[in-house]
Amino acid sequence: MSIRLALEGAGYRYAGAAEPALRNVSLQLLAGRVLGVVGPNESGKSTLCLVAAGLAPGVIGGRLDGSVRIDGQATTTMRPHEMAQRCGLLFENAATQLSHMTRTVFEEVSLGPCNLGMPPAEVVARVRWALGVVGIEALAGRDPTRLSGGQSQLVALASVLALRPGCLILDEPTSELDPGGTRLVALALARIARETGVAIMVVEHKTDVLAEIADEIVVMDRGAVAVAGPAATVLADPRLADLGVDAPARVRLERAVKASRLDWSAALAGALE
Amino acid sequence: MTAGSNPGLAAGPAVGSAGVPAIEFESVSFAYPEGTLVLREVSLRIEPGESVAIVGQNGSGKSTLVRHLNGLLRPSSGRVLLDGRDTRPLHVARLAGVVGLAFQNPDRQLFAGRVSAEVAFGPRNLGIRGSELEGRVRAALEEVGLADDSATNPYDLGYSRRKLLALASVLAMQTPILILDEPTTGQDARGVARVREIVARVAGGGRTVIAISHDMRFVAESFRRVVVMREGRVVLDGPPGVVFGEASWPELRAANLEPPLPAVVGARLGLRATPTDATLVAALVAVRPGGEPDDPKRPAPSLGS
Repeated sequence: MSIRLALEGAGYRYAGAAEPALRNVSLQLLAGRVLGVVGPNESGKSTLCLVAAGLAPGVIGGRLDGSVRIDGQATTTMRPHEMAQRCGLLFENAATQLSHMTRTVFEEVSLGPCNLGMPPAEVVARVRWALGVVGIEALAGRDPTRLSGGQSQLVALASVLALRPGCLILDEPTSELDPGGTRLVALALARIARETGVAIMVVEHKTDVLAEIADEIVVMDRGAVAVAGPAATVLADPRLADLGVDAPARVRLERAVKASRLDWSAALAGALE
Repeated sequence: MTAGSNPGLAAGPAVGSAGVPAIEFESVSFAYPEGTLVLREVSLRIEPGESVAIVGQNGSGKSTLVRHLNGLLRPSSGRVLLDGRDTRPLHVARLAGVVGLAFQNPDRQLFAGRVSAEVAFGPRNLGIRGSELEGRVRAALEEVGLADDSATNPYDLGYSRRKLLALASVLAMQTPILILDEPTTGQDARGVARVREIVARVAGGGRTVIAISHDMRFVAESFRRVVVMREGRVVLDGPPGVVFGEASWPELRAANLEPPLPAVVGARLGLRATPTDATLVAALVAVRPGGEPDDPKRPAPSLGS
């Protein structure tokens, strides 16, 4: 399976910071696969996103150790527009990502493809596709500044998808979505990974979501990778609780029933199907 | 502090009078100027000391509803009453002493250069000074776990801690009504537990807490009452055991919501009202399957995270 993005021994220190925010992180994003990232508050998850997408140090400065390569090329040698086409980034606070310059959601999502100089027919096709993937065709004519928090997050995600990059770095893409919206986006991400070969890294506190869509998971702690492995293995790892990460509901319930020493296991297994 | 003793409000509504709801929406409708109708005749009564979660689809009107409480928005028709008094003639500055609102997006709220200054801003505007002000700032920062960051610039904090800072800023105002717009967004398990404790303490002290949330587990574990909104209307209203119970599932699904997993498992096993891990395990223990004799001395199993 081909490597789309690779961090090797990556460390990062924000400009003026006394301590590094990221230490010696090595990981790979593979074509068509979803990598989940979990960890407690301030463990370096958002910094990892900025570094992987080349914004740190490329745009915001600071000091990078080790290497970050997209399709084999170091991000430090790439121009911003090259990076934008290869690697899309959704910020944790997605509302800050909207341009506040457009009058409709359709126009907002078309900004990226327009800026890359694509022909109008291609722009329209991409915008329609992106709105459809996240289920917001009905918002196309709405004013982007008059949307709810969750709707803004979906518009920001559609804007990133419309660039059709080879890598997607998503910092809590479902944080403001209702449960139905969360499920729709999660399944859409898994589907586009499979169908288009895009490599996805997704930071997500909702481990129930990762249980459904992630192939592999890394757990961050104090700027470093604390645990890494196949999703099912990591999500059942008892160390998660100590790291401030909730196990998926299913794992929690199975443990609780086991701890109760009652003979409910068979019934529970049936009820969880 | 008890409900109704807010010092800045001698002449204003002091929420908490006997027998009068803390909050009452009377057939409130709201439309944006361009015509988008967001609230459709919402009627709700919330008593002092209640903890209420508002849940619903993205864009269903949850944030719009709560912004009517502190005067950021005014109803197109209908009335909003605090402690029995119509809020229409009351200025936003007056309402700020009664209703504290922690925004969904902390970056729309934070502006000071130091964490401590950020938290002091609200109570200072209510006329609090000196050691009382310092005490409130310290207590609020302590409560959200930011006591060691009082000299930090808010924008040097990560998103999850900026959310907690926004919460501390509202806590320090000690308003009789506290509104939290998606307080657990971006929080890890410890952060969510912290917010849950704050809700319990504030409501336990007789103040009213309302939170908007998409986190059904947090909702089921932290609130006594759940209000479900869909397309600008209230479609379900009751305790978590009822709102997440099987009879409500079609309405929940129509609102793009899902019951928490323990509620689903409990229903499939023929148990009733098990919206949380703890209530499910307690119900399992109570029916004791498999003929195993129960040991009354054995404590009910507790749930880790």
